[in-house]
Amino acid sequence: MLNFPIYLDHNATTPCDPRVVEAMLPYFTNTYGNAASRNHPFGWQAEGAVDDAREQVAKLVGASAKEIIFTSGATEADNLALKGVFEMYASKGNHIITCNIEHKAVLDTCKHIEKEGGEVTYLKVKNNGLIDLQELEAAIKPTTILIAIMYANNEIGTIMPMKEISAIAKKHGILVFSDATQAIGKIPVDVNKDGIDLMAFTAHKMYGPKGVGALYVRRKNPRVKVTAQIDGGGHERGMRSGTLNVPGIVGFGKACELCMNEMEADAERISKLRDKLQNALLQIEESYLNGDKEHKLPHVTNISFKHVEGEGLLMGFNKEIALSSGSACTSASLEPSYVLKALGLGDDLAHSSLRFGLGRFTTEEQIDYTIEQVTNTVNKLREMSPLWEMYKEGIDLNTIEWAHH
Amino acid sequence: MSYSDKVIDHYQHPKNVGTLDKTKASVGTGLVGAPECGDVMRLQIEVDEKSGVIKDAKFKTFGCGSAIASSSLATEWLKGKSIDEAVTIDNMTIVEELNLPPVKIHCSVLAEDAIKAAINDYRQKNGLEALKFDEKIVH
Repeated sequence: MLNFPIYLDHNATTPCDPRVVEAMLPYFTNTYGNAASRNHPFGWQAEGAVDDAREQVAKLVGASAKEIIFTSGATEADNLALKGVFEMYASKGNHIITCNIEHKAVLDTCKHIEKEGGEVTYLKVKNNGLIDLQELEAAIKPTTILIAIMYANNEIGTIMPMKEISAIAKKHGILVFSDATQAIGKIPVDVNKDGIDLMAFTAHKMYGPKGVGALYVRRKNPRVKVTAQIDGGGHERGMRSGTLNVPGIVGFGKACELCMNEMEADAERISKLRDKLQNALLQIEESYLNGDKEHKLPHVTNISFKHVEGEGLLMGFNKEIALSSGSACTSASLEPSYVLKALGLGDDLAHSSLRFGLGRFTTEEQIDYTIEQVTNTVNKLREMSPLWEMYKEGIDLNTIEWAHH
Repeated sequence: MSYSDKVIDHYQHPKNVGTLDKTKASVGTGLVGAPECGDVMRLQIEVDEKSGVIKDAKFKTFGCGSAIASSSLATEWLKGKSIDEAVTIDNMTIVEELNLPPVKIHCSVLAEDAIKAAINDYRQKNGLEALKFDEKIVH
């Protein structure tokens, strides 16, 4: 039996695993102490729970517990890493290298840093969504202090070559920061094997609660420091003040433990379903896969259906299937996804894309239903599309003079 | 964003989807919008030569649900109207009828533009000069 709506937007957020919720509950009502209260059992218990969670989180990414700074989420961790390094290493230089398909939490923070006197290079990605390593190395200057490249992209799921990126950085004595929000809990990530010095991630993308995330900050080879962006009490080794979100952190820890144990089996099962979906949808005439086919997260696919508009397409089934479009027609700007445009997609294809994000609880029945609904809606809308009619008549759409608004 | 029931109804059961023979003198075709903007509308009218009344209207639209609904509604309104009446269809009446939110007003403007373009195409085919319209400023 299918229950509606079907959730296929796991890159936006994931449901809390019931085992995570169960682990969190006592910390709301019984063990509600402040982890910074040193003088009584309530505080000690809370501190103990946070310590355990810190171990669980660290273990998943191959770090040591002392290297984990808890934050309110990945956006805060991105801000802390970028602004914190920019301020801490100001005497060494002011140049940061990033790329043009980073999440807005990184791009907007870089824009802020530029206003503060920083210099930022935004590498252009190739058509497959990966950066060119030669371009990366060529962009390095004597003033470069940080290379900030995402582990995996949130819209197309492509996985960046982190090992190669960090090897280049190491050669030049530059720190590496990675926003790994989409990758952690989905694929193995190891800060030592991958050579990452700072890394942002969040619980709610890996079946944990919203409102809690972490910044990994390397403690040796090299010892990395960041300037705190939130002051007031010196929590988290002085890098992030504020009373710890104990239930959230406990849930984050549990979510990491579950991913540690189940990630491999989950990825195998989910990638089979993803491949089934992807293959079936690519059977549709004039449909195109966005992003690299191989270097890609196991649970994501992003496909453009030419001559139909993404938002109109979603409307065909969005009461039954929750997923996301690369077209932002609801915003006043009418701009399609900057990530898809960065891959070199024309505006027409960028407006015609859907992102499918599968998850731990996605079933084959749900995927079969999705294939049927998407295929039917694409066909129905093409019957209604003047562009499809012209395409079928052999008219080159590029030769038409469109009335631009 | 949730759509109004009327938008959903037009989306699910669009009225007058199709193509008229654009080579006929009695048919006027308006093609507005651009693929890059995420909206293209093609609206066609067929005018009865004796009475000057629009006897048929068809559309095809590439765009969101509101764009499809706006053009579907426009074709319904056009049928049975004289050219002079059709020219007066205002985008805000479409907005009101479909309860379009502010971010979707451009869809109604596009529909109004498509009507006017179809009428002018018909007029020019029949030796009349094109009517001039004030530009509506959108986004």
